[in-house]
Amino acid sequence: MAYQKRSKDALARRVAQDIFDGAYVNLGIGMPTSVANHIPAGREVILQSENGILGMGPAPAEGSEDYDLINAGKQPVTLLPGGAFFHHADSFAMMRGGHLDICVLGAFQVSATGDLANWSTGEPGAIPAVGGAMDLAIGAKETWVMMDLLTKKGESKVVERCTYPLTGIGCVKKIYTELCTLACTPQGLALIDSVEGLSPAELERLVGLPIAA
Amino acid sequence: MINKIVASIAEALADVRDGSTVLIGGFGTAGIPAELIDGLIAQGAKDLVVVNNNAGNAEYGLAALLKSGRVRKVICSFPRQVDSWVFDELYRSGKLELELVPQGNLAERLRAAGAGIGAFFCPTGYGTELAKGKETREIQGKQYVLEYPIHGDVALIKAEAGDRWGNLVYRKAARNFGPVMAMAAKTTVASVHEIRELGELDPEAVVTPGIFVHRIVRIPRVATQAGGFRKAA
Repeated sequence: MAYQKRSKDALARRVAQDIFDGAYVNLGIGMPTSVANHIPAGREVILQSENGILGMGPAPAEGSEDYDLINAGKQPVTLLPGGAFFHHADSFAMMRGGHLDICVLGAFQVSATGDLANWSTGEPGAIPAVGGAMDLAIGAKETWVMMDLLTKKGESKVVERCTYPLTGIGCVKKIYTELCTLACTPQGLALIDSVEGLSPAELERLVGLPIAA
Repeated sequence: MINKIVASIAEALADVRDGSTVLIGGFGTAGIPAELIDGLIAQGAKDLVVVNNNAGNAEYGLAALLKSGRVRKVICSFPRQVDSWVFDELYRSGKLELELVPQGNLAERLRAAGAGIGAFFCPTGYGTELAKGKETREIQGKQYVLEYPIHGDVALIKAEAGDRWGNLVYRKAARNFGPVMAMAAKTTVASVHEIRELGELDPEAVVTPGIFVHRIVRIPRVATQAGGFRKAA
């Protein structure tokens, strides 16, 4: 049976749907940033930015940019009423101290048991850079990954064992992709949902790993 | 009388010695003490170890310091940027040593230095390349990596306002590494846009108490990209 991929917006909406009212959330650079635009009406969610902001608001109107008020991706943002600034050690204490409810990150690979690889492709000669990825991955109460399930070549990015350098071990709880939402457990993958028309058998074939119903 | 206000950047940086570890505040465009970095280039100290979140952009500020050939090693979390070609070239040609540190460890290692902590066990990076060779310990069922403090000889930070006792307040997300770097260095030099009389800074709102600050130098508020203000049209 034919099935359709979730669009980028639909994927962001799917992630946002699981963010509860009152949650403190850090959205990683790239695709996860778009989740902020899809928080369901009526839910108050406080966004944290690793460079010292709680209560981060959307991008400012053109011409009102303030380069002392930027997000982790170094783009200008705004502060909501009630927002606060703090220094870097406090910011990372919010992660590692288990105060942040959810962080949503991009990934190169995630293993069935929740190992995350998202900071380096390990290519020789590449300039390494890690930023806050390792602190975020292991710090939040729940780490979610938002990514395409398949590479351009059609290979699954959900794997039995990560081949790229690890960011954290067993830290990913859920994976949101264009085709499905998966839970990572110590026993392996479990299916949360998938797009209409995609059978569990076909999904297992694409991923190449067993997925508990 | 205590007066930490110095008249010029040259005076504030006069005694920076060769081989120093220099902590430089800032994240992205916010909180970079650009004038102090330029002053350090002019001052001429060499064989430096520089600690910053990044490793410079384009050809100005930290990138210009790297390009001057006076930096031996960079300790940072995220050197790779679209315009980090100065760092990239020096690193690839083996002229610059890099210690890559997860950002939270960078902040906490600085804080530990400032707080007199000998070392600490931290969960970040356990089982990854960046923890290779480091001591680990299981504490109450969770795995940790032993991390050591980063002490600075000098910290260069950018604040918004200060007084002659060295009390500082910052502006928005330009605070970032300023407070922990101020604690971690033997000599902390802060640039400020405004100098206030004692008592004018609300004591409830002082972010870095003057005990952590040794010199303050006033710099004009200019509309630079790193200055936190919109460029003039």
